[in-house]
Amino acid sequence: MPERIAFLHRKDVIGILILAALLLVVFPLTLDSFRLNLVGKYLTYAFVAIGLVLCWGKAGILSLGQGIFFGLGGYCMAMFLKLEASSPENTAIQTTPGIPDFMDWNQVTELPWFWEPFHSLGFSLIAVILVPVIFASIIGMAMFKRRVGGVYFAIITQAIAAILTILIVGQQGYIGGINGITDLRTLKGWDIRTDDAKFLLYFVCCFLLLGSIVLSFFVQDTKLGRILVAIRDKEDRVRFSGYDVSNYKIFVFCFAAALAAVGGAMFTLQVGFMSPSFVGIVPSIEMVIFCAVGGRLSILGAVYGALLVNFAKTALSENFPELWLFAMGALFIGVVMLFPNGLAGLWSAYVAPRIDQVLGATRRRNAITPIDPAATPGE
Amino acid sequence: MFEGYTATELGSIFALQGFAGLILFSVFLLMALGLAIIFGQMGVINMAHGEFMILGAYVTYLCSQVIGNYAPALFGVYFFIAMILAFFASASLGAVVEWTLIRHLYKRPLDTLLATWGLSLILQQVYRSVFGAREVGVNLPQWMLGAYRVTDLIEIPINGLFVMCLTVLITIAVGILMFRSRWGQQVRAVMQNRVMAGAVGINTARVDQMTFAIGCGVAGVAGSAFTMIGSTGPTAGQLYIVDTFLVVVFGGAGSLLGTVASAFTIAQAQSTMEFFLSGSMAKVLTLLTVVGILMLRPQGLFQIKVRR
Repeated sequence: MPERIAFLHRKDVIGILILAALLLVVFPLTLDSFRLNLVGKYLTYAFVAIGLVLCWGKAGILSLGQGIFFGLGGYCMAMFLKLEASSPENTAIQTTPGIPDFMDWNQVTELPWFWEPFHSLGFSLIAVILVPVIFASIIGMAMFKRRVGGVYFAIITQAIAAILTILIVGQQGYIGGINGITDLRTLKGWDIRTDDAKFLLYFVCCFLLLGSIVLSFFVQDTKLGRILVAIRDKEDRVRFSGYDVSNYKIFVFCFAAALAAVGGAMFTLQVGFMSPSFVGIVPSIEMVIFCAVGGRLSILGAVYGALLVNFAKTALSENFPELWLFAMGALFIGVVMLFPNGLAGLWSAYVAPRIDQVLGATRRRNAITPIDPAATPGE
Repeated sequence: MFEGYTATELGSIFALQGFAGLILFSVFLLMALGLAIIFGQMGVINMAHGEFMILGAYVTYLCSQVIGNYAPALFGVYFFIAMILAFFASASLGAVVEWTLIRHLYKRPLDTLLATWGLSLILQQVYRSVFGAREVGVNLPQWMLGAYRVTDLIEIPINGLFVMCLTVLITIAVGILMFRSRWGQQVRAVMQNRVMAGAVGINTARVDQMTFAIGCGVAGVAGSAFTMIGSTGPTAGQLYIVDTFLVVVFGGAGSLLGTVASAFTIAQAQSTMEFFLSGSMAKVLTLLTVVGILMLRPQGLFQIKVRR
């Protein structure tokens, strides 16, 4: 095997292949359809976690508003599916047939203008990516051009997540309120609620995820990625070297937003609804912990982080619901205090050298550069 | 918008909404004061601030139960005892948290944010296990019940008035503490230039710990005052944390006057709009405006000019 394949290092390729084998072969063969659907749901969070690796781990921009983009992507998908589920035949018993049921319950008699374009699948799929990216670029332009970063950026994104939740909950007649958009049935006539459909959607989700991983490696391993890391470590020096720092930051923030949006859309398809409880402050910050547990500097680590934290969440909240918040809180504190580079950091510090030793290979490259506690990322 | 109201009615509406805004202002300001010390002075993001506040609220609740049952004679003034206890409870928890957690993370502000979020989750679950998931309220002493009639249309509840007076007193106390006391001088010196402050003999680690503890203590007092106008639940702190941070950031971190001004602006805007729009839309519009202004003016309303 050659040392590099295009922009990918050999170790990365092996890592991607192992993950692919796990997702495409091991899980489908060993899990029943209910559990497989759950894994599919967890994988949608992995999209967000990968975006956070680039945005937070590499470029040092902590966004506490990834739920915004996850939600926007999910809502764009849900609006299309809801319109298809609310055909005049299906909704004949309503006062106004042909509009989503929650509008009818809230005495809305006409489809609002912003719902109209979502009759088209093509428009909806483009909107899944474009709406969050435009939104992210507006936030990014306003903030990064004025050199606002670090904790201020985190707080503002969190505030925007809170605002969006309040807005969605308040506008029950137009976007479904606290219940969200539920009772989604078919995609172009194809019933997405059957086990077969869920099985297929799981594979769609896996392939999209693997594609996103390769794309993220491309961003990370090209010059762009090096500049992002440089911005994280010494922003002023990069600026004085003649780079327009804010454009790089806007790009990586939009990229993370687009990944989160794809995750949101896949979530809607696999779980069958979308609600404001995936938009607000709490889910947004949980998405950060998926990334932190996996390792904020490792793309593949983030995927495992999202899977593991969600497995633990499901297992704990099924059996000991009151323990879950304790575990989650301890996880936040532990990850930050004890192993800031997450699972991937532990892997590259303890496991990978052993493997290298056993294989007799020389250490080529340290994929994970440890965080220096004395450095001040985010400033 | 204004059709169907007479001039006196409109006047009363604005007066009433203005008063509701003043109470909201007191709540915002009380919460923001502790954060203005911790975030504004130290630059530490304490996401568990709301939970320190709720600790104060629960201490007050316990006091009201204990004194109501065992020492009814003191019930008229139990509130003042409760506030002192709330201050010390929150401040000592704050000191412990600073010593175990925060002091290791001063150079990693984003990580502090995540760690304190974890702390807030743990505290919430502790409250839920100890006090139950239901909201609790305190019994107000007799003199605090009822309302003060200004005109036929305008009535002002006494507990609201009391909380407002309390807010003014606490704000003045914090102001004196920060700008007139020796401790405040040391805090500001450490925050402006840690190395120099250390060189002139200030124990910076100790100042950090005291600052964090006092900030948390003020949050506890805020929670104590909070119980008089609302009930307390395990997650009540989380509801307000974003508003509180926005108040401090909007006012300009490090400026006490800015915090007061921004709490006043946000509270009045929100409560005035609440009458004409739905509550959620009023909140959305207010917060959006604040975020919009912050994007145009990231340093906030008042900025302390410090050469860095």
